[in-house]
Amino acid sequence: MTTTEAPAGSPAAFLYRHPRARLTGLLALPMTWLVLLYLVPIVLLFVTAFWTTDSFTGNLQRTFTLENFARVLDPSQPFLTTALRTLAVAVSVTVVSIILAVPLSLFLAKIAQPRWRPLLVALVVTPLWASYLVKVYAWRTMLNPEGGFLESTLGFSTGYGWVAVVVVLTYLWLPYMVLPVYVGMQNVPPSLLDASSDLGARSWRTFRSVLLPLVKPAIIAGSVFTFSLSLGDYITVQLVGGKAQMLGNVVYGTFATDLPFAAAIASLTVLIMIGYLAAISRTGALENL
Amino acid sequence: MPREEPLSDAIAVQLRGVSKTFGRGDDTVAAVRDVDLDVLDGEFLTLLGPSGSGKTTVLRMIAGFELPTAGTVELAGRDVTDVPPFDRDVNTVFQDYALFPHMTVQQNVEYGLKVKRVPKADRQARAAEALAQVQLAGYANRRPHQLSGGQRQRVALARALVNRPKVLLLDEPLGALDLKLREQMQVELKHIQRLVGITFIFVTHDQEEALTMSDRIAVFDSGRIEQVGTPEEVYEKPGTEFVAGFVGTSNLLRDAAAESVVGRPGIVSIRPEKIRLAEAAAAPGDGEHGVAGTVREVIYLGTGTRFVVDLDVGGSLVVLQQNLHDRGLHPRSEQPVTLLWRTSDEYDLSRSE
Repeated sequence: MTTTEAPAGSPAAFLYRHPRARLTGLLALPMTWLVLLYLVPIVLLFVTAFWTTDSFTGNLQRTFTLENFARVLDPSQPFLTTALRTLAVAVSVTVVSIILAVPLSLFLAKIAQPRWRPLLVALVVTPLWASYLVKVYAWRTMLNPEGGFLESTLGFSTGYGWVAVVVVLTYLWLPYMVLPVYVGMQNVPPSLLDASSDLGARSWRTFRSVLLPLVKPAIIAGSVFTFSLSLGDYITVQLVGGKAQMLGNVVYGTFATDLPFAAAIASLTVLIMIGYLAAISRTGALENL
Repeated sequence: MPREEPLSDAIAVQLRGVSKTFGRGDDTVAAVRDVDLDVLDGEFLTLLGPSGSGKTTVLRMIAGFELPTAGTVELAGRDVTDVPPFDRDVNTVFQDYALFPHMTVQQNVEYGLKVKRVPKADRQARAAEALAQVQLAGYANRRPHQLSGGQRQRVALARALVNRPKVLLLDEPLGALDLKLREQMQVELKHIQRLVGITFIFVTHDQEEALTMSDRIAVFDSGRIEQVGTPEEVYEKPGTEFVAGFVGTSNLLRDAAAESVVGRPGIVSIRPEKIRLAEAAAAPGDGEHGVAGTVREVIYLGTGTRFVVDLDVGGSLVVLQQNLHDRGLHPRSEQPVTLLWRTSDEYDLSRSE
């Protein structure tokens, strides 16, 4: 042995010889955080969804029942309609975001002068720094069907309702779609587009057969953000949704009086999201997140 | 200069006064300056030059990826200067191969035919034929990432050839391959070119590759064509000092040294393998020139040995000696020697200007 080696008993030497100890040191803090503040609450949420409340006292009764879920799925109750409306809004926001983000990203990644790109991307992202509430209240004022900004300038406003919800949520979450799609397009080598055109394909064919398939994973990654963020939103719905409610509003309205039912509704959104992720994990897009 | 065996009189590609400037305002870069070039039907023409000499830009203007700032591009007599790539009867093999990663080898090769709405059965037959031509018959269902560099290179070649273009453009296609594979592909490319009879325009910065493969070579420097000629012409009779230095080893006698050795001022090029090493006192024979000097470096190359000799009259020359059994004088470093060569192996560069 040479004298320049660390002494055998030093902490560095100990860690070198014990890979498990190294891993523990690395993950102890983040794992504690995840388990205590993330996994435990989700498990509690699921468990609570199978409990009930005493109808006289309003106290929690810790006995197993499927009653909450039966109520959510009961066609005579409004909750199934609300769930479907929530789903429709989340899907609409995602589709509109894709339709807006793809041409915008194409311009940013492939057409704009390289020196303007950082500035343009910064402009796309800038709204994310403004307060959520300020932006939604601004939209509430603009959408006002009686003398709001849109009414007085365009002579037309969607008013308050689920269309307004889709418009505002798309405004809020669009950057989460543009960023991954922009990066995805930047990662497509220019020579692939040249090659397609060299082989006789016009621009639309190249877009459809080469560019779009290659950025599909990025679009799906973006849709995870727009879909999940829309699914859980309730403040925008409250401010511009008019009478239209989403699942988030039901949770907000019932958790004080009927915690197990609110938990069941919340579990439903978690289940929808798990189903969505399972469906897209088959496409391999989750590797792009 | 007369060509030894003309391939054909038909002109496949004609460039006239072609220039390309990149950038705007103060930071413009002239990549190509006033290039005239005729590429004959069925020939293997190489655009040779250092990086940044404009050879790839010329290729991209023939393909249609770049529009010339000035001048015209003609393909088989048709002016295509402003015609987009998808309407030109040329195909390109890209430096990074540019295979579509989301398609199989078969789908890659069929792409051009599919775009042109060739019927499926015909398309599949032609793709299979093209893949057989590049010896990849069993690889149709692989994805590009499952192939080695050499195999990707062949797929790129098949994908271009399957369209039966009038002209095939190759942009440093062998640059990413290791030496053995590169030499093998050089032979194969040349073989395929003879087989299909398509005009090949090949871009490289490797002079040996250019000499091995080409019918003619166009040597580029700083956006201009310095010389166009057969490999032999370019090597034996370099038109300019740049060509003499870039194709082969720069081995020049200039000014005072030239005057004292060959008896007239100017720039004289002598290829290293034409020079013989002799003892210090040796005198040149009939039809020979000689110069005295001292060996500075001896570099062993395997098949040969390279000597760098400082001349007494100033400057230096490189001598290449084959490592034969009976190789004559083999001096050590710092040994005084005489360099001898035939006057017919001298090439006067100042004369050609």
